[in-house]
Amino acid sequence: MISYGQHQFPGKLFVVEGTDGSGKSTQLALLHQWLKAEGYPVFYSEWNSSPLVKDTTKRAKKRHLFTPATFSLLHATDFADRTERDIIPPLKAGAIVLADRYIYTAFARDVVRGCDRGWVRDVYSFAVKPTVAFFFRAPLDVAIDRIVSGRPSLKHYESGMDLGWSDDPEESFKIFQGRILDEYDRMVSEFGLTVIDASRSIERQQREMRMLISPYLKRRRSRSH
Amino acid sequence: MGRSTHIALLRTWLESRGHAVLDTGMTRSVLAGRGIKEAKTGHTLGRLTMQLFYATDFIDRLENEMLPALRSGFVVLTDRYIFSAMARAEVRGIDSGWIRSIYSMALVPDAVFYLRISTPQQLVERVLSSGRGFDYWESGMDLGLGEDFYDSFIEYQTRILKVFDRMSSEYGFHVLNASRSVRSVAADLRRAIMKVVDESTASEDRVSPIQPLREKPTLPSKTPVNLVDLNKKALP
Repeated sequence: MISYGQHQFPGKLFVVEGTDGSGKSTQLALLHQWLKAEGYPVFYSEWNSSPLVKDTTKRAKKRHLFTPATFSLLHATDFADRTERDIIPPLKAGAIVLADRYIYTAFARDVVRGCDRGWVRDVYSFAVKPTVAFFFRAPLDVAIDRIVSGRPSLKHYESGMDLGWSDDPEESFKIFQGRILDEYDRMVSEFGLTVIDASRSIERQQREMRMLISPYLKRRRSRSH
Repeated sequence: MGRSTHIALLRTWLESRGHAVLDTGMTRSVLAGRGIKEAKTGHTLGRLTMQLFYATDFIDRLENEMLPALRSGFVVLTDRYIFSAMARAEVRGIDSGWIRSIYSMALVPDAVFYLRISTPQQLVERVLSSGRGFDYWESGMDLGLGEDFYDSFIEYQTRILKVFDRMSSEYGFHVLNASRSVRSVAADLRRAIMKVVDESTASEDRVSPIQPLREKPTLPSKTPVNLVDLNKKALP
């Protein structure tokens, strides 16, 4: 089995990571539009989107069936299906794959839930190493405000309620997101994540992203001057 | 091989001897059992995805069924453990180091009984007499090994058998010739299990009764259950 870092595909893989409310999905959507307009073959892939696993995850979240280990493994199952179906084939075909959340999301969440760092990394060792992995780093209070003000109620696992740190969902969410941010910070040097300051304007962040990926793009004939 | 027949017989026998029994088996978890069955009805389940789905099923049963039962002193009978999953992964070319690290939190069983048949042809007889016929995955059709279900089944099961034989010495399975009558296999199973169960109850009898009240209770020299430890590789 080919493991992380050993894959050699003609395509490019760009991923965005960050805590909830960091603005990463907005940025990836903008990048997607731009790449399409430039005439590149682009394939977009989202966390938690495997059709094979979706129903199981949904049911387990609703009925609170997860332990930290099974939460980790079921998400890994979902990710494996995406890798086998949505990530490797387009990369082999030479396309650009954009992933909203990648293995680093699992590393951050699962370790905060108490799984062993080394074990989680072993589980995901089949993953393709991204060409560039962006980490949208937003100050914790900014990210929390965006989420808490934007929705009526926080979900059980999203706010880390399964960990029993607080009976108050908002309080629990804050503690949980804070620890996740710490894990992301640790991973910056471990995996060479590209940090984007997510407290700046949307336009500036997007300009920076485009500049950072352009060295990896082949010139397209469709581009007119 | 008659695994479920033997488990049913053992359960009745153990219960009649006063042991509480939990029986469980592959793809029977509350969390992932249904999902795996649904995923297998289509033929789009990839190799890596399959392994992780099985691992999810296993860990769910381990944490929510087997461990609580063991802690309360039950005898746990499981129809297939991690070894079947590891064998299926191996014949599909999955890295064995990877699969072992995933299952590193499994408990080392007190005994593993390998109901062995000597040829895949004998398995074919069972498949046919069960009335279910050939199954896509049991025949390894995802591997493209033969022209039809029969050819593929024989080739796939031959490979599985080879892996089991190797694991058998690696992990110290009790090998039972399953080509014999149900009765004689069952007798062997009882004899072997009686030994394991009697040993652990004997050690408990030695420790528990005469404990001075004021002193700290001493733990039995051998803890019956290894705790789940993500850091420790339970398997070599």
